[in-house]
Amino acid sequence: MNHLSLILKREYLNKVRKKSFIIMTFLSPLIMVGLFGLVAYLSQVNSENERVISILDESGLFSSEFESGDNITYKMLSNTSLAEAKETVRSSEDYGLLYIPATSKLDELSKSIVFYSEDSPSLTLIDDIEDAISDKANSLRLAEAGIDAQKIRDLRVRVDAKIETFQGQETSKLGSGIKLIFGGAAGYILFMFIIIYGNMIMRSVIEEKTSRIIEVIISSVKPIKLLLGKIFGTTLAGITQFMAWVILLFVFGAILTSVFGIDPSAVQTPQQQALEASAGGADGMVQEIIYEIANMPLLNLVIMFILFFMGGYLLYASLYAAIGAAVDSETDTQQFMMPILMPLILAVYVGFFTVIDNPHGTVSQVFSFIPFTSPVVMLMRIPFGVPMWQQVLSVVILFATFIGIVWFAAKIYRVGILMYGKKASYKEIAKWLKY
Amino acid sequence: MENLLVVNSVSKSFGPHKALNDVSISVPKGSVFGLLGPNGAGKTTLIRIINQITMPDSGEVFLDGEKLKPEHIQHIGYLPEERGLYKSMKVGEQALYLAQLKGLSHNEAKERLKYWFDRLDIGDWWNKKIQELSKGMAQKIQFVVTVLHQPKLLIFDEPFSGFDPINANLIKDEILKLRDHGATVIFSTHRMESVEEMCDHIALINKSNKILDGKLIDIKREYQANTFDVGLQTDNEAAVTAALQEKYEITPTKFKSINDELQYRVKIPETSTANDFINYLTSKGQITHFVEVIPSANDIFIEAVNKNQ
Repeated sequence: MNHLSLILKREYLNKVRKKSFIIMTFLSPLIMVGLFGLVAYLSQVNSENERVISILDESGLFSSEFESGDNITYKMLSNTSLAEAKETVRSSEDYGLLYIPATSKLDELSKSIVFYSEDSPSLTLIDDIEDAISDKANSLRLAEAGIDAQKIRDLRVRVDAKIETFQGQETSKLGSGIKLIFGGAAGYILFMFIIIYGNMIMRSVIEEKTSRIIEVIISSVKPIKLLLGKIFGTTLAGITQFMAWVILLFVFGAILTSVFGIDPSAVQTPQQQALEASAGGADGMVQEIIYEIANMPLLNLVIMFILFFMGGYLLYASLYAAIGAAVDSETDTQQFMMPILMPLILAVYVGFFTVIDNPHGTVSQVFSFIPFTSPVVMLMRIPFGVPMWQQVLSVVILFATFIGIVWFAAKIYRVGILMYGKKASYKEIAKWLKY
Repeated sequence: MENLLVVNSVSKSFGPHKALNDVSISVPKGSVFGLLGPNGAGKTTLIRIINQITMPDSGEVFLDGEKLKPEHIQHIGYLPEERGLYKSMKVGEQALYLAQLKGLSHNEAKERLKYWFDRLDIGDWWNKKIQELSKGMAQKIQFVVTVLHQPKLLIFDEPFSGFDPINANLIKDEILKLRDHGATVIFSTHRMESVEEMCDHIALINKSNKILDGKLIDIKREYQANTFDVGLQTDNEAAVTAALQEKYEITPTKFKSINDELQYRVKIPETSTANDFINYLTSKGQITHFVEVIPSANDIFIEAVNKNQ
């Protein structure tokens, strides 16, 4: 067996067999699924809570406007005064009392409606009630003015612009959302991967320094081989862990839904609801999602994901290794971590703010060529369609920089691993490059 | 005698600091070669160059007549001064790994490890982790790993640090045994008594320059300088002292004696012999003590380094 594969194998097995690694591999998805289940369970419990709302409508105009729904029951009161009604509602278990005073002018009505309850009601509840009342009031006003409300409703034009590229490719708002999810996930996974496993590489370099085995090893192998074996071994361990996480997430998720009977769709974000609404119901959405995904440049996406992932990860990994070589202990790494984390965090910010806003704007474009941010930013842009020359150019810049950085990291590494007890400063490191 | 290792005017600088300046040494086959020098003289740099960890700025190194190349690492066993093992790895696994890095096959390495572990009586450590072992125990493993691939050239940097006297002796005997089986040993240490005991040849490096090298006996001969410790009983001490002072360089000295006598360390001119000196002394009084002063490695080290200041 040659050196590189020997080192790779040791690094891999050493990581994978570690207790902390095994525990984290199982615990992380368990915690994630557990938290998700908890939230789902809680919102289920929350919405199961049925509310009864009494309505005292002295105007007599709105009696037909309130329809009891799943969680809310409306109860009409009559022949009672406001004071009496308040007393009854308070003494009963009912949630609240809506009071609509008698009025001759609809104008006044808008200010005089009161909702009484024990605690402050939720915004959605108040919105629903206000909507119902203002709908009815509007129709009444129109009728007063001699206009047929139904006619107006029929005349209203609903705009639903189709989005289409010049190549004739149709997209939609939903499509943009899905692209965002794809790009965002890709960028975010890369970001997490770099931070978790970059750190792991750094620690393993420091370990070799502090345990003083490094000189024994590099009297047998070239430092560059040790460096590469370390990076690849740790990366493989990382991929293993990631795969395990994905599989375990599915397994635990399945257990959660089947055994505990918690429906994950109970946790719905407002965005999802909005998407659903715009796509015309859940069934329509599933179809459209499939359509959108099929329409995305999938092959392009996959290939570029692999290229940018490799390039970006290796770029940062070699920097992490260089830092590990330059310091004596993990506590000394702080001053060198900032310059690494800054561009990474910047990339994620640019990705999540600028790219979402305008995937092909100047800022997005510039950052998708700078090698330290391009992996994250470009991965987020690609689902929106980036010209091939831009993608290729960005990959080329990334890999060219990677080679330069590996050279630089290898130099620091070669000198640094044999420097004990010397506090490395940027000045010191600059000197090492000349050795 | 044939040389296994020849270092030919090697220089190396780190930035403005010159670590080695035109250093040449020749290590004869089958010898134990002492590489000596004060801290920071450049020994470690020279050793690292021989191990191809650092590249020299100029000069060449030959191993067995061939210019040093990457394949040579499997013919060299190196025990660095800064040494250690992976703490969380098991002893056997770790030794196998390091042996395979030196080019042994898995099975070969396993077989030899069994042999060495039995020999040093550490067979039951195989499945222990290094962090469970004491420092001395870990050093033993480290020694085994260094010699396992039967290298032609063994380089030990302070091999006895961390060993108790019993284990230090054990390792010393193992090193000499390896030498008897044909290995050549380069041995860097500050413990002059082990230099005295083990080394046939030495080289002394001070401030990046080699200031002394050769066979240890030859060097001692060079440094012996016709000096004797003498004890002389006489009735007229003042006169004898004056007479000696006139003829030779004398310094007062102290050695154990049951007599009441004059005690001097006397350096006689190179033109005269010990016999002439004894004849002269007998004419002055009763000789109670006469010993030629042979410089120890320690003396040579200190004198050479001081002269070089």
